[in-house]
Amino acid sequence: MGQASATTGIGSARLWRVGVIGVALLLALPVLVVLGYALVPSQEVWQHLAETVLADYVTNSLLLMIGVAIGTLIGGVGTAWLTSMCQFPGRGVFEWALLLPMAMPAYIIAYTYTGMLDFAGPVQTTVRDWTGWGYGDYWFPEIRSLPGAAIMLALVLYPYVYLLTRAAFLSQSLCVLDVSRTLGNGPWRTFFTVALPLARPAIVAGLSLALMETLADYGTVQYFGVATFTTGIFRTWFGLDDAAAAAQLSAMLLGFVFVLIAIERFSRREARYHHTSQRHQAIQRHRLRGGRAAAAVAFCLLPLGLGFLLPAGQLTVWAFTVAETRLDADFLRLVGNSLQLAALAAVLALLLALVLGYGRRLQPTRSVSAAVRLAGLGYAVPGTVIAVGVIIPFAWLDNSVDAWMRAQLGISTGLILSGTLIALVFAYLVRFLAVALQTVEAGLGQIRPSMDEAGRSLGLRPGRVLARIHIPMLRGTLLTAVLLVFVDVLKELPATLILRPFNFNTLAVRAYELASDERLADTAPAALTIVLAGLIPVIVLSRSITRSRHAKTA
Amino acid sequence: MPRQLEVRDVSVAYGAQPVVRDISFTLGAGAIGCLLGPSGCGKTTLLRAIAGFEPVSSGQIHLHGRLVSSPGQTLAPERRRVGMVFQDFALFPHLTVERNVAFGLRDLPLRERHERISELLRLVDLSRAARQYPHQLSGGMQQRVALVRAMAPRPDILLLDEPFSSMDADLREQLAREVREVLKRDGVTAILVTHDQLEAFAMADKIGVLGGGRLRQWDSPFRLYHEPADRFVADFIGQGVMLPGRVVDQMRVETELGAVSGRYPHGLSPGRSAEILLRPDDLIHDDASPIQAEVVSRAFRGAEYLYTLRLGSGTRVLCLVPSHHDHAPGEQIGIRLGLEHLVVFPADAPSPTIEGGTLSVVS
Repeated sequence: MGQASATTGIGSARLWRVGVIGVALLLALPVLVVLGYALVPSQEVWQHLAETVLADYVTNSLLLMIGVAIGTLIGGVGTAWLTSMCQFPGRGVFEWALLLPMAMPAYIIAYTYTGMLDFAGPVQTTVRDWTGWGYGDYWFPEIRSLPGAAIMLALVLYPYVYLLTRAAFLSQSLCVLDVSRTLGNGPWRTFFTVALPLARPAIVAGLSLALMETLADYGTVQYFGVATFTTGIFRTWFGLDDAAAAAQLSAMLLGFVFVLIAIERFSRREARYHHTSQRHQAIQRHRLRGGRAAAAVAFCLLPLGLGFLLPAGQLTVWAFTVAETRLDADFLRLVGNSLQLAALAAVLALLLALVLGYGRRLQPTRSVSAAVRLAGLGYAVPGTVIAVGVIIPFAWLDNSVDAWMRAQLGISTGLILSGTLIALVFAYLVRFLAVALQTVEAGLGQIRPSMDEAGRSLGLRPGRVLARIHIPMLRGTLLTAVLLVFVDVLKELPATLILRPFNFNTLAVRAYELASDERLADTAPAALTIVLAGLIPVIVLSRSITRSRHAKTA
Repeated sequence: MPRQLEVRDVSVAYGAQPVVRDISFTLGAGAIGCLLGPSGCGKTTLLRAIAGFEPVSSGQIHLHGRLVSSPGQTLAPERRRVGMVFQDFALFPHLTVERNVAFGLRDLPLRERHERISELLRLVDLSRAARQYPHQLSGGMQQRVALVRAMAPRPDILLLDEPFSSMDADLREQLAREVREVLKRDGVTAILVTHDQLEAFAMADKIGVLGGGRLRQWDSPFRLYHEPADRFVADFIGQGVMLPGRVVDQMRVETELGAVSGRYPHGLSPGRSAEILLRPDDLIHDDASPIQAEVVSRAFRGAEYLYTLRLGSGTRVLCLVPSHHDHAPGEQIGIRLGLEHLVVFPADAPSPTIEGGTLSVVS
């Protein structure tokens, strides 16, 4: 058999298959562990949870999702329609600028708005100055509430809907829209009877992504005191000290996530059949004038202003006011920690993505494809759940090794994996590998198979083909993949909170701690750094938007 | 001539679905072979099996006396010493022309490598493009780069997969002749895959016609045209019509246009009905001939007209006539047979349709 695999052309590819499936199983471990706990019989704590807070978790999570759905649909679909089908002043800028709120993690926008809107903040102070009212004389909406959390999340998540819906509108054949107009439907009727139904799968796909993020959010709901699954998992873990119950809550949350994944997958498949034409004419945008143009500008400016300009401006002001005291060696160490951690995770994610993506290219069998999909599943799984799924097996492994070493050699090894950077980086890989994988697979898809074959027929083995042909050809794509993971890791909060080594801080954790101490202005340097880094993927995305536009007009 | 490539009883299957079946042929060192057939006939699959990209489900492939493929044993492509020129050229976009050509020469000492590269670039007249990148070259230049890149490591065999299909139709034949020139000058053994017979004729010493996953005939271009082994080959190569007739004896067949005799016995028993292959150049326009046919339609080809004629029985035939013989549809013109090769098939087989023509044969 050894001889056979040495001479078999498919033989060295078989090694890749083993590698791909191995990596995929390892990365699926946390999710499998959590799902495994769903089968474990309920314990006392779970009973207690079910009787007291579980109903709240479910209700609040659902209400939050409904709120976010309404907000992202109105904001995302409305702006997508205006920027792709109408012409008004500033449209070209809005086209990419509407993505800017993506750079804002929800917890950071939540801290910022709390600071702006609380009793001592600039807004209420101005109201009091104008009216002469004092404390208790007036009613002011409480931002730290469930509706407030929904608004915060919607403000930063609507770009998902915007992006996918815009792409769907642009791919719709203009002829279909023109036919509707010639059949006597006005622009509004055409929008609701033709364009919107055709874009529906894309809208649903974007919405499910936004809702997955909503379920995954920890920072916002924790800060606003809204009891949802993620905060419940934290409380069960640290408050009640019950890993099994935390894992069971996680499994239940995963149930919601899987429903969303199923909806998203289904919609994307459906979306492919909704392409009405292969030929795309340059779009003749409907020109808006006067009041209508002003309304369009206002409609686009609202989510952009509230979701990015205003909070980013506030953070900048705060950052300047606290710069003297906060920008010290401590802050630099924080930046160093975050950058190193993010860079390490990003490079590892790229390497694994290359192994998985190229492995699938070599062996596009069902088992390999399933393994690659499994490895990419983590992106939909909330960081809290992944942390629980990482810590349980790692702690078990550490304890087993420790017990064995003590019994055999009388040495205590203590914690080798849990509570170290290894556990944290592993959790990042589980959560964000999909980002790198998608980018790498899209890049590999652009390389024709004949390139691989040319390399093979010129004497290169599969691994060398990857190193000498694909990687050099994909340099730009691979850099993008690294950047995307890098930024996601930088923004990540809940898994970092749970898994970080003792006394190890990152920018996100520091912002969280300062906000918990109500030192909102002091969060600004860390928060602003995260937002600035978050602009990188936005720039990447907006560049691809402008490129596709040029391609279309060419 | 030593055998450079031997394909013995080879079948290739995708899953349970066989794509090519029981293919056998050999190619001598320095010869250029061609696998010709309509799309979907399995010719590219066979080529990829020779390259080592597809395993064989039965049979054997020997390259330069070495067994490289048998069921369950497929020597990896990178260890076969094959060169391949791809339909889309597959030039590495991140490397210059020079470095593309150098790609397969890693094991050569630096000086020899440079010598080989400049020799090859001179051969295809690309010395001045050495430092350019593929996207800066024209399609024809890219193709020459792809050709010499595959030739550079002196492979045991060079495989060309529809190398001219992305070229302008009127350039293909000329390019095929140029490539043949280059291959012959370097003494390369090669196999070309194409669906274009003019390309195959311009380039190959031996052509194999594939149809329905089987090798119908492996022969010289001349014999493929004039002595096709079966109806499929007769139909696929060149134009022609099946003319009904009756077997007189082993050498002769009686038809509406008179008796025709061949040089070899055709093996059909006297008195049975048969069909003979009639190429457009087998029929000669002759005003003095007593046999008349009606012009149904005509296609102007510059130097000649291709007439479609209706015989007295209603059978339609094709006739190539110098273009100063200008006859309108409906006119009667005189014709006679000028057949040099008699190709006879039994009449009970289903009639073929005519390649490239608008006409289907009614017999």
